Amino acid sequence: MKKSVFFGALTVAGLAAGASAAATLDDVKARGTLNCGVTTGLVGFAAPDANGNWDGFDVGICRAVAAAVLNDPTAVEFVPTTGKTRFTALASGEIDLLARNTTWTFSRDVDLKFEFVGVNYYDGQGFMIPKDMGVSSAKELDGATVCIQTGTTTELNLADFFRKNNISYEPVPIETNAEAQPLYLEGGCDVYTTDASGLAATRAAFENPGDHVVLPEIISKEPLGPLVRHGDNEWGDVNRWVLNALIAAEELGVTSANIDEMMSGTENPEINRLLGTEGNLGEMLGLDADWAARAIKAGGNYGELFEKHIGENTPVGLSRGLNAQWTDGGLLYAPPFR
Amino acid sequence: MSDMHAHSVAFVRETMLPEQEPPASEVGVVHWMRENLFRGWANTLMTVIAIFVIYKIVAGAFPWFVNGIWSTNSLAECREILQGTTGGCFSVLTERWNQLLFGFKYPQDQYWRLILAFVLLGLAAAPVLFNKLPKQMLFFTGLYPFIGFWLIWGGTLLAPLVALAGFLVGFAAFKKVEHQSFAMGALAFLVAALVTWFLGGFAIRSAPGFLALEAVPSRDMGGFMLNMILGVVCVSLSLPFGILLALGRQSDMPIIKWICVVFIEFIRGVPLITLLFVANVVLAYFLPPGTTFDLIIRVIIMITAFASAYIAEVIRGGLAALPRGQYEAADSLGLDYAQATRLIIMPQALKISIPGIVNVAVGLFKDTTLVSVISMFDLVGMIRGPILASTEWNGVYWELWGFAVFLFFIVCYSISQYSQWLERQLQTDHR
Repeated sequence: MKKSVFFGALTVAGLAAGASAAATLDDVKARGTLNCGVTTGLVGFAAPDANGNWDGFDVGICRAVAAAVLNDPTAVEFVPTTGKTRFTALASGEIDLLARNTTWTFSRDVDLKFEFVGVNYYDGQGFMIPKDMGVSSAKELDGATVCIQTGTTTELNLADFFRKNNISYEPVPIETNAEAQPLYLEGGCDVYTTDASGLAATRAAFENPGDHVVLPEIISKEPLGPLVRHGDNEWGDVNRWVLNALIAAEELGVTSANIDEMMSGTENPEINRLLGTEGNLGEMLGLDADWAARAIKAGGNYGELFEKHIGENTPVGLSRGLNAQWTDGGLLYAPPFR
Repeated sequence: MSDMHAHSVAFVRETMLPEQEPPASEVGVVHWMRENLFRGWANTLMTVIAIFVIYKIVAGAFPWFVNGIWSTNSLAECREILQGTTGGCFSVLTERWNQLLFGFKYPQDQYWRLILAFVLLGLAAAPVLFNKLPKQMLFFTGLYPFIGFWLIWGGTLLAPLVALAGFLVGFAAFKKVEHQSFAMGALAFLVAALVTWFLGGFAIRSAPGFLALEAVPSRDMGGFMLNMILGVVCVSLSLPFGILLALGRQSDMPIIKWICVVFIEFIRGVPLITLLFVANVVLAYFLPPGTTFDLIIRVIIMITAFASAYIAEVIRGGLAALPRGQYEAADSLGLDYAQATRLIIMPQALKISIPGIVNVAVGLFKDTTLVSVISMFDLVGMIRGPILASTEWNGVYWELWGFAVFLFFIVCYSISQYSQWLERQLQTDHR
């Protein structure tokens, strides 16, 4: 008797836990804040400023989701995570959304039971070397010492690349990008390899950026995107379509500057559907009609976020490249809002 | 005959010669240098090399300090002003001063609370550290944990008051039944304290605004303050636990003995960083979703457990060093175990153990920086994460790490100097 009561209680507790894990959207609304996992700091993507306010490209995604769901882009509790703690934080329910330049891979999606809601930055792994090394291709790097971040996909890509080209290298393991910079500058390693965006940001911070070159080879595909837990498709949909709304807004020419004007109605039915003046897309998501408009107003559309945090006029100085709209020869291609 | 004598001796001095200065090579700086620096060609060579190295370091670092820039807003501005000359960009310290000390999320208009808590900490620690101060000050030391908690975390004053009341009621209950046996007293303490805390919980919930400071969640603690909190709390907690573990390990009662042995050996066999990962990552899986067991408390428990095991072994060394006669003398005076331990054994064992305990304390204080790997923003975490990742300061290293080294050196060197002073104070054998 006692045993059955105990197991009964355990089952109820388990069901309650399962139910609460499944309805993240309701949890977030009830809590009034979005728990968003970010990096402990990566130039341009996420870092707190002198006043402690988080800012950056990944942070913009968190704020857009918070604006869409909670009508307040500041209602975000940022949870800093390291490369080692990020997946447990998401799996244990400590955070609702992980927007931390995480590469979308098969095993993370399938085996670790996460759901990538899209790609907000197409990256690829590159190499940086001092100019006076006189090397023009990564294939000439036989015997070089390479600074490499541990616990990332870049480590595995590097091994693959060198094995494929039948050349040798000596890895110098490092923990963070911040550690790699002085090590590389003082000659602790000949080559620094990480995602091309990280290389650009690192090089931009050097005293003499001109003395260093980024080699033309990009040896891997690194689609970086926000992710949520497996098994809560409503919440996954909300995040996926907030990201798509930001991308589509750029394609359709909706910016934070002209959005108020456009919300009074336009000739383009897709814009109207996106902004909720036509159709009931918001209702289908479990949100109100203005959800996408609020997300876009929070920090601007995809292009505005890019320009503000990592674009060519910022110290990071990245060009759009693969991250241009498909109409401009890039890979950004938001599915239709219909 | 005197004539004869006068002729046979050419000169007789009739007055004393005035005292002369010793030769220049045997006194003062020159003598010291000859004795210590240039004694033999090997020493001379070493001295010359050492002077050369020191000169190189000073000549390299001096312009870096003197040309240092303290008032710009970004590294790029620093470089513009320096125009390629050597110079440190210390502006990062002035601009991010508050972040380095307090973390980046503590509300800025509440910093006075932290400063006050720090000043009061000095006041509370003084009577424990220096036995010449009036004993009445210990009263404040007992209150400090509650005051400090209230100042740093905020919230209603009722919470620390209820906690304090629990201890007081428990102590009263202990006194009431102490004459029966120590174990009964301990049980009474536990029951009385738990009842008080349980009842007090209702009071706190009913009046959350009573004398409330703005509540600050643990996640917002950071900077050197976090190192200080962890260091002070864990050192002061691990000392009593360490003493209990050391005594337990020497106990005749097998269960107590084996619990202590297993605990100590398990903790000593596991790296601290693993325990921290357990605190941060693994515990989250065991707790039901949505519950957040305060991360700082988890970390404090783990670090305290770690330090207690080490201190227990140090104190066990002290106990083992006491001559058998001391135990027997205590027995022959008719003292029971508690009295003998408190009055005879512990004072001597602890005195022997001071260098070891201080060694553990200094190591523990430095180990608090390990929390940066579980994404807490202590001083090292602040530097590694937010500050070096900001677009303004990406690329400033020596200045930031130098500052961190400086802060830690001040604290650790003071602890070490204090312990040496304490050893001299307690030296009662006339060696």
